[in-house]
Amino acid sequence: MTTAQHIITILAVVAGTMLTRFLPFLIFPEGKTPPGYITWLGTVLPHAVIGLLVVYCLKDAVFSAYHGLPEAIAIGFIFLLHKWKRNTLLSIAGGTVLYMVLVQNFFIGI
Amino acid sequence: MKQKAFQAALPHTIPIAVGFLFLGMSYGFLMRSKGFSVFYPMLMSFFIFAGSMEFVTVNLLLSAFDPLRGFFLALMVNARHLFYGISMLDKYKHMGWKKFYLIFGMCDESFTINCSVTPPPDVDRGWFMFFVTLLNQIYWVSGATLGALLGYVIRFDTRGIEFVMTALFVVMFLNQWEESKDHRPALTGVGCTFACLLIFGSERLILPAMALIILCFTIGRKKEAVK
Repeated sequence: MTTAQHIITILAVVAGTMLTRFLPFLIFPEGKTPPGYITWLGTVLPHAVIGLLVVYCLKDAVFSAYHGLPEAIAIGFIFLLHKWKRNTLLSIAGGTVLYMVLVQNFFIGI
Repeated sequence: MKQKAFQAALPHTIPIAVGFLFLGMSYGFLMRSKGFSVFYPMLMSFFIFAGSMEFVTVNLLLSAFDPLRGFFLALMVNARHLFYGISMLDKYKHMGWKKFYLIFGMCDESFTINCSVTPPPDVDRGWFMFFVTLLNQIYWVSGATLGALLGYVIRFDTRGIEFVMTALFVVMFLNQWEESKDHRPALTGVGCTFACLLIFGSERLILPAMALIILCFTIGRKKEAVK
């Protein structure tokens, strides 16, 4: 990609992101109430989206040479670490470091 | 008035500061390790200001040019903002010019504070929410910039560092799982996306997964209404 293409891609992402932020305020200007279905979606969707993002992150790992084994080990480690210490940042850092050790020393060629 | 609101807002943002500096730095460092200059993470963290989407954008910038895909991916990944917006319709009323910035800077963390914390009665609510949003954005942009700058100085084997994004989502998933009694929404998200991964492959995943999730929710809701 050229720099111009980078900028266009980033602008497209900015436009998409801003649309999600401003749209409710444009559709429901001050004084209008949204329908119950929309408000209800707002309570369930955040949980599903995180699930979607987890799978999205692993989408290529499943089809790789190790079929997601290093990812599975690191996620198992995050799970245990998080159960134990319940510290969000520690779990993220611990899982990432373990994964880096795994792919740099034991699962070479990912 | 401003100073009081700032002093009331600051303590609420301290945990976010730690998290944003750490995650922002790993984002900036990741961008640098993929060969992008410091201006990329700096400007992207300012204008996109949606952590997960910025990580996803790293992959977009490294694959074939397809801005439309970026646009729709941003819509899908950030769809939750729609619902934050719906929840804040009332709170952001009558905020004048501040309203524009409050909406522009509405990330998960600012939303969480602004929708759940009631400032003391002698503090202006508009300025309070403004400073919560502004401080959080300052932490994030500084983190991303610092991380990228560190990337120029420190050299080590960064293979696998992109896993920080997966780890972030896994931990968010675990946190949400503990907080809620009803695990069906989370399971629907994982199940639908995994099914779409097997059917559509890894390249065309997000849109069908999102559609399937909304379809499952809508059917589930109708069934419960019948009961």
